[in-house]
Amino acid sequence: MANKRTVSFKLNGNDVDAVVEPRELLIHTLRERLSTTGPHIGCETSHCGACTVDLDGASVKSCTVLTVQCQDADVLTIEGFEKDGKLHALQEGFTQEHGLQCGYCTPGMITRAYRLLQENPNPSEEDIRYWMAGNLCRCTGYQNIVKAVQYAAEKLSSAQEVS
Amino acid sequence: MAATLDLIERENALQGLGVSRLRKEDARFIRGKGTYIDDLQLPGMLFGAIVRSPYAHARIKSIDKDKALAMPGVAAVLTADDLRPLGLHWMPTIGGDTQAVLADEKVCFQMQEVAMVIASDRYTAADAADMVVVEYEELPAIVDPHKSMDADAPIIREDIADKDEVSHGKRTHPNHIFTWEAGDKDTTDAVFDSAAVTVKEEILNPRVHPCPIETCGCVASFDKVTGKLTVNVTSQVPHLFRTVVAMLSGIPESKIRIIGSDIGGGFGNKVPIYPGYVIAIVASIVTGVPIKWIESRIENISTTGFARDYHGIGELAADKDGRIKALRFFALADHGAFNSHVSATVLPAGLFSICTGSYDIPAAYCRVDAVYTNKAPGGVAYRCSLRVTEAVYLIERMIDVLAQKVGVDKAEIRRRNFIKEDMFPYTTSLGWTVDSGSYHNALDKVLRAVDYEGLLKEQAEKRANGELMGIGISTFTEIVGAGPTKVCDILGIGLFDSCEIRVNPTGSAIARLGTMSQGQGHATTYAQIIATELGLPSDEIQIEEGDTDKAPYGAGTWGSRSTPVAGAAAALAARKIRAKAKTIAAHLMEVGEADLEWEVDRFNVKGNPTQSKTMKEIAMVAHTGNLPDGMEQGLDASEYYDPPNLTFPFGAYVCVVDIDRFTGETKVRRFYALDDCGTRINPMIIEGQIHGGLTEAFAVAFGQAIPFDENGNHLGNSLMDYFLPTSFETPHWETDETVTPSPHHPIGAKGVAESPHVGGIPCFSNAVVDAFAHLGVTHMDMPHTAFRVWQQCKALGIDKRDGA
Repeated sequence: MANKRTVSFKLNGNDVDAVVEPRELLIHTLRERLSTTGPHIGCETSHCGACTVDLDGASVKSCTVLTVQCQDADVLTIEGFEKDGKLHALQEGFTQEHGLQCGYCTPGMITRAYRLLQENPNPSEEDIRYWMAGNLCRCTGYQNIVKAVQYAAEKLSSAQEVS
Repeated sequence: MAATLDLIERENALQGLGVSRLRKEDARFIRGKGTYIDDLQLPGMLFGAIVRSPYAHARIKSIDKDKALAMPGVAAVLTADDLRPLGLHWMPTIGGDTQAVLADEKVCFQMQEVAMVIASDRYTAADAADMVVVEYEELPAIVDPHKSMDADAPIIREDIADKDEVSHGKRTHPNHIFTWEAGDKDTTDAVFDSAAVTVKEEILNPRVHPCPIETCGCVASFDKVTGKLTVNVTSQVPHLFRTVVAMLSGIPESKIRIIGSDIGGGFGNKVPIYPGYVIAIVASIVTGVPIKWIESRIENISTTGFARDYHGIGELAADKDGRIKALRFFALADHGAFNSHVSATVLPAGLFSICTGSYDIPAAYCRVDAVYTNKAPGGVAYRCSLRVTEAVYLIERMIDVLAQKVGVDKAEIRRRNFIKEDMFPYTTSLGWTVDSGSYHNALDKVLRAVDYEGLLKEQAEKRANGELMGIGISTFTEIVGAGPTKVCDILGIGLFDSCEIRVNPTGSAIARLGTMSQGQGHATTYAQIIATELGLPSDEIQIEEGDTDKAPYGAGTWGSRSTPVAGAAAALAARKIRAKAKTIAAHLMEVGEADLEWEVDRFNVKGNPTQSKTMKEIAMVAHTGNLPDGMEQGLDASEYYDPPNLTFPFGAYVCVVDIDRFTGETKVRRFYALDDCGTRINPMIIEGQIHGGLTEAFAVAFGQAIPFDENGNHLGNSLMDYFLPTSFETPHWETDETVTPSPHHPIGAKGVAESPHVGGIPCFSNAVVDAFAHLGVTHMDMPHTAFRVWQQCKALGIDKRDGA
């Protein structure tokens, strides 16, 4: 096919190449070319946040990012959270606090919460509710998602104090 | 003491009934390793995109596929004419009607399916769909259901225009679907005629959409060699889905496999059989390769399973003290262009007749007229057990209207009318037998918790200062767990459910059920039920559902039916196993079965607990030759459970709102929800379900509506326009419980997930209206957006600051 570009970027710490049309969206490249199906598609209009990934240190809705914009970028998806068989504090928090039901929004939620905790390690409930407002959940009513983020924040900050 | 500790340890090891066990499902979801429909990629798979009608009502003059077919990567373009020779251009609906799979000569709602393009990938398919040229002749559309049965109304369904019955009795107009009534009209009318007090209110439940974050979709895969059709699909009812596909296609049901893997939320949106699924199936049969079809969000909101659109009129007759003597409810139901929602054959208006609520009402009559309009089909969805939401909304609003009329406090009027605890099981004047309840107790507990007297005092002070504060109460009774096959069937299939359990030699087990989780946590909770019944650890009990080649037949998960029906089947299948285990234990210990007693995970010889056989020991023996004479090997059982009755969970909710009279903005200051769902299987999951249901109630009450213009054009079908609450505006929820077990359920459990939605919506509305009650307002229709509430303030002349 004509008019394809090779885009190289880092995905969860690994170098990847994708050959894509310029119009291809990052979410489709991740899901259909790179077997990274954790980020989901819920609206295709940047509202629901199910496709949230971390791109060069910022949360983005990957349904409205072109893959060709990602040359040399550093992309983190839910698949990059578990390290050496150890869950990230957020993954643990979502289970411990029952912060998920159908699980569809969960990868985006965790990825967004990760960015929040990078920027603000000790968020208040209001901070969390404000920061997470771009990620929609229809099952949980958010209350346990807030608790899950608080759980992770506490766990990460106490780990830091120890180290 | 040591013995007691041992018992507690053994109980804890089971992680059975009543424990807030963490969910088994989470391990894959928190890693992004769920398997949702769009995650599936099969070799050679093609992608389908639907060409949809821009008009709500139009004749199709021509369809030109040539430009689309000429595009590289396009394999086929299917229209009704291609499906016609196979007899697949129309399909049966689960509401007893037929629906066009692809529009047959005319379209009856905007975005109706006209053609499907099959192409190499989703981009090519979308491009090619734009290249299919369809010529239409626009027809006048009916959007307002009140005009559907006008003498000169355009006929929406020409295909059935001369039929005097669709599926639920005689029709009186080509746009009439059915009229259904319950109760004794004459007796009720007589009570109204002589009543001291009557109230009447028009009450709308607007058209809304459940909008799960995952849209609908499927991958259909027909194997030409074996003749087997496999459909992975977002279906809450995989077994019914298989039966419909068999009826439709003529493929033997044994050669159809429906697989529902992980589903990204359902809320009733994923119950019906949609044209997209059927076209994908046909396309796979035609092309011989797997076909994936995934809805966009706009397609989802525009065309699949909406909820409500019930235009009601509520009337109550009472004595001067507010004791209700009779109820009369009417509803005009807008079902859209096809009657396609889930409904039991004999209950076309579902369970609407639960509208007498929690109250002892001696006479009642209700009637529902369902009509066609040029809008997408549906009506029953959204955490709603078949029109229960509409019914509960009406009674919970109307009792407030009555309270205002007779000048009785809104909590007190409920107390005066509650079915009393000693009246259960209580048969309502519309014929339902409510299994159990403790309404006074629940309400009193909530009023104490929120300091109701203090709130009333504060409200009086605020009113004196010109401020708007509302206190909403909802004391609802739900009806869930459809249902007894004598009243509940879909397409002739009874709404029983099932469970098969196999215990392995080493004492682990697998259980398969006819339901389908969409986030409810079945893999966790069913295992807890079985763990307690069998004395085996829930961690070693594997739950499977959703694959029709593996699971026994059942009617799926909707209407909070999983626990009341399949949960009962799980308990009873386990009891069959335990009965066999007891016979084996008696044989092994050479005592009579009457000499044994069950203790957590084992059978003890009465009076000699040192002599015992654990379930794990018995499981191994069941796979040896050391069995009583004539007994077969194995330790398994199945149960098809036909419930004797539905279950009736209830609750008492209080909501406190503050309204800014200058902007109309409403702040939910407090929401306290007490739910009674009988025996509690997993309190953590129950609380999660309640949080979610309340949030969906908040969405409906404060922002959701699917608007149309007069030509039937959608005015809000993306998430840009359609309100889904975010974490920021969602209120904080407080939950509480009482426990009144269901007397007819094997473990006393009722359903729970719908209660917060059903009970929550009127609680919010009651709070908003209560804020204006002292100004003479008796009702305001949802959604209570700031603009609409401000309009109420403006109409009352309270929207301006002094001197402004």
